[in-house]
Amino acid sequence: MITPSPRDRFALARYVVCALLLATAPAKAEDKIDPETERKAFQAFFFAKFPKVAKEEFGNGPYAVNESMRKQWKEMMEFPPYEFALDEGHAEWDKPFANGRRYADCFDNKGQGVRQTYPRFIAATGQVETLEGAINRCRVENGEKPLDPMTGLMASLAAVMSESSQGKPFAIVIPDDPRALAAYERGEEFFYSRKGQLGVSCASCHMSPAGERMRGDILAPALGIMAAMPIYRSDWGSMGTSIRRLSTCSFMTRAQPLKADDEDYRDLEYFLSYMSNGIPIVGPGTRP
Amino acid sequence: MTEPGIPHQPWPSGLAPQMTKSLLAFVLIAAAALPAPAHASDVAAGQKLALDRSKGNCLACHTIKGGDAPSSVGRKLADMKRRFPNRADLVEILTDEPNRNVIAPMPAFGRNHVLTPDEIEKIIDFLYTL
Ligand code: HEC
Ligand code: HEC
Repeated sequence: MITPSPRDRFALARYVVCALLLATAPAKAEDKIDPETERKAFQAFFFAKFPKVAKEEFGNGPYAVNESMRKQWKEMMEFPPYEFALDEGHAEWDKPFANGRRYADCFDNKGQGVRQTYPRFIAATGQVETLEGAINRCRVENGEKPLDPMTGLMASLAAVMSESSQGKPFAIVIPDDPRALAAYERGEEFFYSRKGQLGVSCASCHMSPAGERMRGDILAPALGIMAAMPIYRSDWGSMGTSIRRLSTCSFMTRAQPLKADDEDYRDLEYFLSYMSNGIPIVGPGTRP
Repeated sequence: MTEPGIPHQPWPSGLAPQMTKSLLAFVLIAAAALPAPAHASDVAAGQKLALDRSKGNCLACHTIKGGDAPSSVGRKLADMKRRFPNRADLVEILTDEPNRNVIAPMPAFGRNHVLTPDEIEKIIDFLYTL
């Protein structure tokens, strides 16, 4: 039996809006999607849903929106479980590659305080590059092997870059290039599409139900959802990058997780981070 | 406040996917035609299906009396006879809740073949004991 995949309300909404535009204003049929307008609406939704949560707090996910979680967090933060990752990351960051160059040579401002500008659209490839992708490209261009983008040393390096960017608001750029806008749109489409055997979308869990309890977890609001990455999760017993988290969530929808560097995940992260423009980086983070 | 990208909510039902509708109608007619006796064994089987993480996994989103780790994504499943006197409503919810409410986080268990119509009936037998 063929089961039609349910169009998410978002897709439907856009379809209807487009249809209305076509019907009422044929001259404006080519109206482009305006990410900035969408970002404002996205943020307004969460500010209205959580009127007591300060903008700066959204990156703290479950702790921003749940009081009892917040208490546990304060206790956990007396000995932040990501300290070891920062130590490991700093040692690696300062160590020269075999060719004498360093990580710092690959990044703007020597890699200090730039995490909020990732993911980036790269004109040369026409694709989105995540922070972890940039770290691996740096390694490969300097004759080193790429790292596992999910955890371990990669998470430690990402932690170092987040640490030096704390407090800097997300500043994702969509350059004036149709391929960049297309990447944003694909990310948006992914976020709102129902996938996997369960047929649920990212939005199903991180929009309206944000702040609600799902077994032991409190669902993080989609706004600021990348700001604490990488995170130490007690669940995992180790550090994980944003890609590790996206794979875990794919798995929960009973969808086959994509390859870690799949373009779909990069576009998704591009969209989510753009939606969080203005929300400060708080990573590395810790989660129950 | 509605979610961004959505002109209004709940979604006008006329916009729901048509194919899904006819499938659902079929399921509903089939369900209505069957008498549904709630044997004790069905209740137990239904409870198992509801709690099984690879089946209903209802506790991920709902609180159920006697279940561990209460969740609050959906409402507490309680007082079901009073709230859902019409069994067909529950069949519809378990078959395809996103068809009733397009933003529902609840999976379309029936339509996505996570639960068979027979399994859905057993879960409903269990729900009516709550
Ligand atoms: C079935 C529910 C569900 C779905 C669907 C889902 N997630 Fe999650 N997600 C969770 C839970 C539970 C957690 C852990 C608690 C938390 O931090 O929100 C989580 C955590 C996250 C986090 C980390 C948040 C933080 O502050 O640590 C990110 C990022 C995330 N999800 C993104 C996504 C994306 C992107 C998708 C779609 C591909 C998605 N999720 C789909 C349930 C879900
Ligand atoms: C991923 C989350 C999720 C899962 C898993 C889930 N539900 Fe739901 N359910 C919801 C939400 C949210 C609603 C609220 C209604 C809506 O959004 O349309 C709901 C609504 C309902 C309702 C009607 C609303 C009411 O007032 O009680 C029933 C009955 C129900 N669910 C039963 C179940 C059963 C039985 C299972 C397991 C077989 C289940 N649900 C699994 C999220 C979920």
